[in-house]
Amino acid sequence: MAAVIEGKGTFRAWLNKRLPVDQFVADQLTGYYAPKNFNIWYFFGSLALLVFVMQIVTGIFVTMHFKPGETTAWNSVQVMVREVPYMWLIQPMHAVGASFFFIVVYLHMARALMYGSYKAPRELLWLIGMLIYLALMAEAFMGYVLPNGNMSYWGAQVIINLFGTIPGIGPDLVEWIRGDYGIGDATLTRFFSLHVIALPFIIALLVALHLVALRQVGSNNPDGIEIKEKLGKDGHPVDGIPFHPYYTLKDIVGVGLLLTLFAIVVFFVPTFGGLFMEPPNFEPANPVSTPEHIAPVWYFTPYYAILRAVPDQKLGALLMALSVMAFLFLPWLDRAKNKSVRHRGVASKILLGTFFITFLVLMWLGLKPADGIYVLLARIFTTLYFGFFIALFFVSKYDGNGPVPDRVTYNAH
Amino acid sequence: MRTSIYVGVVALLASVGTAFANEGGAGWERPADNQIGNLPSLQRGARNFMAYCSGCHSLKFVRYSRLAQDLKISDELRDQLLVKPGAKFTDYITSSMPEQDATEWFGKAPPDLSLTARSRSPDWIFNFLTTFYADAASRQTGVNNLQLPGTAMPHVLSSLQGVQSAVWRNVEHAGAVTKEFEKFEPGVQGSLTAEQYDEFVRDTVNFLQYASDPTQVERQSLGVWVVLFLLLFTGIAYLLKKEYWKDVR
Repeated sequence: MAAVIEGKGTFRAWLNKRLPVDQFVADQLTGYYAPKNFNIWYFFGSLALLVFVMQIVTGIFVTMHFKPGETTAWNSVQVMVREVPYMWLIQPMHAVGASFFFIVVYLHMARALMYGSYKAPRELLWLIGMLIYLALMAEAFMGYVLPNGNMSYWGAQVIINLFGTIPGIGPDLVEWIRGDYGIGDATLTRFFSLHVIALPFIIALLVALHLVALRQVGSNNPDGIEIKEKLGKDGHPVDGIPFHPYYTLKDIVGVGLLLTLFAIVVFFVPTFGGLFMEPPNFEPANPVSTPEHIAPVWYFTPYYAILRAVPDQKLGALLMALSVMAFLFLPWLDRAKNKSVRHRGVASKILLGTFFITFLVLMWLGLKPADGIYVLLARIFTTLYFGFFIALFFVSKYDGNGPVPDRVTYNAH
Repeated sequence: MRTSIYVGVVALLASVGTAFANEGGAGWERPADNQIGNLPSLQRGARNFMAYCSGCHSLKFVRYSRLAQDLKISDELRDQLLVKPGAKFTDYITSSMPEQDATEWFGKAPPDLSLTARSRSPDWIFNFLTTFYADAASRQTGVNNLQLPGTAMPHVLSSLQGVQSAVWRNVEHAGAVTKEFEKFEPGVQGSLTAEQYDEFVRDTVNFLQYASDPTQVERQSLGVWVVLFLLLFTGIAYLLKKEYWKDVR
């Protein structure tokens, strides 16, 4: 809808003639109608954006004082947190921010799984989101390697060597990634370049596409029904409310809650018991001294558990890659008519619940050493993990085609 | 209902954090029980470190000046008691021993201790410094350690603790007999009682915890205000949201 340019001769009129500010607000915020029945799960999209911006801002300051390189990186982090005013706060914010990014993104993805937000017409929205997730994994991994702590170093060895399992080009590819025969200066400087320029740029671009695609198809909701199909006399969805002021104000409550939790961690338990910052990373990289057991940070451990569950390394790496990629196929694996798990049967509910538990158990297993009972458990839960995607294909054919309500479920309060 | 969910999430986050912090537990393992906010303890710890540790170990990320400022040690005392001969008060605390000599003497240069309280833990250091025992098998130093068996470090604090001996018992486990630590017995007497020695180590550990993260006390006291502000902010945001959402039917 066309925004009225108010007040002839004012600055606002002058500006709007040259830059469509009012038009943009009218189209994207006050004129964008979102379903009124969003619940707590719908906080995490805007929160992911918040954490992304926070990482960029804290990252700018960390970059000012960080000196990439084999001999300088670790010392420069120590010096910045001890001697540059307030870097004792900003550097841990950046480190803890990485973990919070994944907490928020995982919850955002779980929401999509629950309410079928990946289903038509939102397949591309989902795929762009998955690309953001993949870029984020690369971004987080490189950021983790940069300070050149001992766990960074050995974790990087394990992860980069995985590319060596690719038939034919593997060994050459590993050398090309590292820029050296081992993880050295060349590796750290190129990771720095990718971490501060290339990947943030790619992520920002993908986030913009994600939002454009969202505006095109409109938000899904906990009932998984399209609000655009029920328009009122004014031409707006009867179950829709303008994004601004309703959801801008609601999202600010989410922002407050997230920042409170974030502050509790950053100020009181920044290492989070060794989960967000691992003890071996308080020692500089040492090529002759391996940490007691090498594990990636918690947000990669579900996949790491799958890698280690397979006795054959090549097959393990393949399965690991497949476990991440499996999400890409969800829009086509899920054949149900109804989107939301609310309007599917018990089988679908159990299936999804099992998958969430499986993911968390694999996360825990990836942090544990790969011996004894843990190996057996990892194999069972790896089977369950892939079992979900296969079972979904069949279950969704028969379960989730029943009637759905006409209007969204909403209790005014 | 909503509020209870939020409270639950906060409690869960806090408990997960502490759960990961507490692991382990054999007979000789004790918590350090040091208090990072206890200034006299930190000051004594700094004195202990300079007297007994800094000959071999550096704190290469800590400056004398910063240390004195944080621990409220006067400029006179700082220059008299802390700053090593030949060093300036703005210098980093380096060890007195050239690294090459150290490697020749001990087989391994004594590590820098700036971050040991974070890479190991305060409890680890406490148990390391309290579990040296006489061991004839160790030709180099005559002692061994329960926390770090085979350590290259001699029992530097033996004049204070004395040298205790360890009593072992044989344990049969799946057909194989292994030696298991049972208890310590006093051997050569030191100048401190067992309680005094624990207190001495506790102060030293406390100081090393400070050195590993010098801003932690400031961070926590600022954190209280930040969290209170954010809670207030969230509360106001919630009321505002509620006011606007009245129209939504």
